[in-house]
Amino acid sequence: MQPPAEMVHWLFAVGILFVGLCLFAEALAGREVWHMRRWRKYLWPGLTFVLGLFLWPVMAFFTNSAIHMYAHGSWADALMLAGAAELGLVHGRLTSPLWRFTWPLAFVVTGTAFIVHEQNPWFFARSAFLHHLIGWTFIIGALAPLALAFRPRSAAFQAAFAAVIVVVSIQLFTDRDVAPIFGHLSPLAGQQHR
Amino acid sequence: MNTTFVTEAVQQHDIRAHTISLLGPLVSAAGLVWAILQPDRITLLHPHGQGFWWLLVEPPLLLVAAGIVFVLVVARPLLADLERHRATTR
Repeated sequence: MQPPAEMVHWLFAVGILFVGLCLFAEALAGREVWHMRRWRKYLWPGLTFVLGLFLWPVMAFFTNSAIHMYAHGSWADALMLAGAAELGLVHGRLTSPLWRFTWPLAFVVTGTAFIVHEQNPWFFARSAFLHHLIGWTFIIGALAPLALAFRPRSAAFQAAFAAVIVVVSIQLFTDRDVAPIFGHLSPLAGQQHR
Repeated sequence: MNTTFVTEAVQQHDIRAHTISLLGPLVSAAGLVWAILQPDRITLLHPHGQGFWWLLVEPPLLLVAAGIVFVLVVARPLLADLERHRATTR
């Protein structure tokens, strides 16, 4: 009854894409307009928190190796922390600007976990390539939320933050369990399907 | 106020509103293009012998749905608020 791993990636891709679209829309409309409706200011931080919650069952059920469990568990923690900090900031309960650094922290933790838990080289199979690529996208992309932490009202930095998230979503959509990457597929990866 | 500045502000506002209104349709269009290029990804078109998850999770349709939900839930109310904000700050 467990879904194939690629489907879990696609489902998370949809959630991440929606967060990215909301961030783009907020960057375009401006924070003042975005906060005109009370529910809207909690939308993408809340969705991020929920995505972090959904990573716990992923950790519990996809137990390929101990490192997989640590990786999924650390993402769950990092996403929930970033979402909760953002919820606290938009609600006004948290006032310290230091809470804005939870996003770059979440990106670095996520990127490192992606790279560390992929034990195969880049061209082993498509999923291995994507895990390396997504990991580095997160680590380099952490510069966007880091810049946003220093300049929280910058529409350009918020758009860059959104762009990183949308790019990660596209990368997740291209994930397949066993498929070649640029014509490379290790015979150890198993039988290609779909 | 200088009319040039006002015109530029209105034009910039229109570009932003246009871009917001395009986000959802672009995502849905990407899903449709994907469905046309890889129809085998839509298992509902050939459901015989497919398992539960393959029938439930159809990535091109997920993209189409995400675009539609974004338009209805986020973009439309946001555009209305953007227009209201422009009217009050005029």
